[in-house]
Amino acid sequence: MPRDTFDRELQYLQDEMLVLGSMVEDAVSECVELLRRRDLEGSRRLIARDHAINERRFAIENDTLALIATQQPMAGDLRTLASILEITTELERIGDYAKGIARVNLMIGEEPLIKPLIDIPRMAEKVRSMLHRALEAFVRRDVELARAIPKEDNEVDSLYNQVYRELLTYILADPKNIEQANHLLWVAHNLERSADRVINICERVIFTVTGQLMEMDTKENEEEEPPAVHSIN
Amino acid sequence: MDRIKISVEGLNFYYGEKRALTDISIQIRDQQITALIGPSGCGKSTFLRCLNRMNDTIPDTRVEGRVLLDGQDINSPDTDVVMLRQRVGLVFQRPNPFPQSVFDNVAFGPRVLGLARKREHLTDIVEESLRNASLWEEVKDNLRQDALNLSLGQQQRLCIARVIAVKPEVILMDEPCSALDPIATLEIEDLMQRLKKQYCIVIVTHNMQQAARASDWTGFFWLGELVEFSLTNSLFTHPQKKRTEDYITGRAG
Repeated sequence: MPRDTFDRELQYLQDEMLVLGSMVEDAVSECVELLRRRDLEGSRRLIARDHAINERRFAIENDTLALIATQQPMAGDLRTLASILEITTELERIGDYAKGIARVNLMIGEEPLIKPLIDIPRMAEKVRSMLHRALEAFVRRDVELARAIPKEDNEVDSLYNQVYRELLTYILADPKNIEQANHLLWVAHNLERSADRVINICERVIFTVTGQLMEMDTKENEEEEPPAVHSIN
Repeated sequence: MDRIKISVEGLNFYYGEKRALTDISIQIRDQQITALIGPSGCGKSTFLRCLNRMNDTIPDTRVEGRVLLDGQDINSPDTDVVMLRQRVGLVFQRPNPFPQSVFDNVAFGPRVLGLARKREHLTDIVEESLRNASLWEEVKDNLRQDALNLSLGQQQRLCIARVIAVKPEVILMDEPCSALDPIATLEIEDLMQRLKKQYCIVIVTHNMQQAARASDWTGFFWLGELVEFSLTNSLFTHPQKKRTEDYITGRAG
């Protein structure tokens, strides 16, 4: 017995979530590219665009709650809708991290960068790619892919540690670099946190398919992690 | 809390040549609510009636396997069926009060079974039963009114009071809310939560949301078989069998 109306609504929500996902993917790539190019106007536009991400997230949340209330979904359908709620929240947060990076660009202002950006764009590309595949895993209900992606978080963490050590050397070389080095460290931190949120999305894919709620621990070298910094959203 | 009240082992049930239940095994816990769901004709009501031998009243039926109530086989020849139905009461789909007063409806069972030695004792039993069925406050000022003047929801609670009055151990409910409006339905569900502290409750329902809301355990029947039986939270969030998933998500049945 088909449930055409319900299935159509469910598909619509999933499509909307993917649109939100691609908006966030773009924001992750662009915020770092704009920083590298020192494009302040572009960063201002990106900050303004975050509003659209938030609006879309709330629209998906409203539609999901309405579908739960009116259709009383069970089992796999219920898990899918619960996951859509969680994943859109994660996407919105990643969007906030990207906005934070755009703000850093404005804070650095007209100053030239103390170093060329190499590892930070790599981190951004890695996060974007992980996010893209995590959403693909959700659409395909691909548990294997969802289990594989979090392992790549170690690469993001290594890049973060590398950026951290490198920025330390700039600070030691000239204390005038402290402020900008600190700003760039925030950028790296926001990307590292974004990757952690992609892992949360992968956890939701596994939950959607299997009903198992599990934390995917990917940190190999917790003790070596540099101290956390407050993120700029 | 996890004491097994009813243990069913390899139960088959036949209407003439037609097998209506196939190899059902299930353990029903005391002081918990067990819901039985499944499409029309899947055997869930037939199964419920096997638990107090109500099917005996239907000609040309046959039972195989065992139904153990506190370890005693209810189908053994020496079972006193009247006593069995006192221990295992049944609430029907439509409220069916007798065309008598509220008091006499509740007093009927205790009178027949001789449970009250004195008039005051009978009055106490009626009051206690009506209280336990959450009806006392609504009828206490006019216990002599005709039971048929009550609303359908009140009539169903009266029928529950009538079952409680004979001090059962198990209460079976066969779609007890299908004739009731949503408010009366929630009142019955609320009542079930209070009753389960004292009784083992088994409910057959067509309403999956009711099973999800009101029960601790859920069994899914399909074509006379018990496809899946598990904790309600688990069955409605991640059922183990595809057949169950298809049914509860509305894609089969």
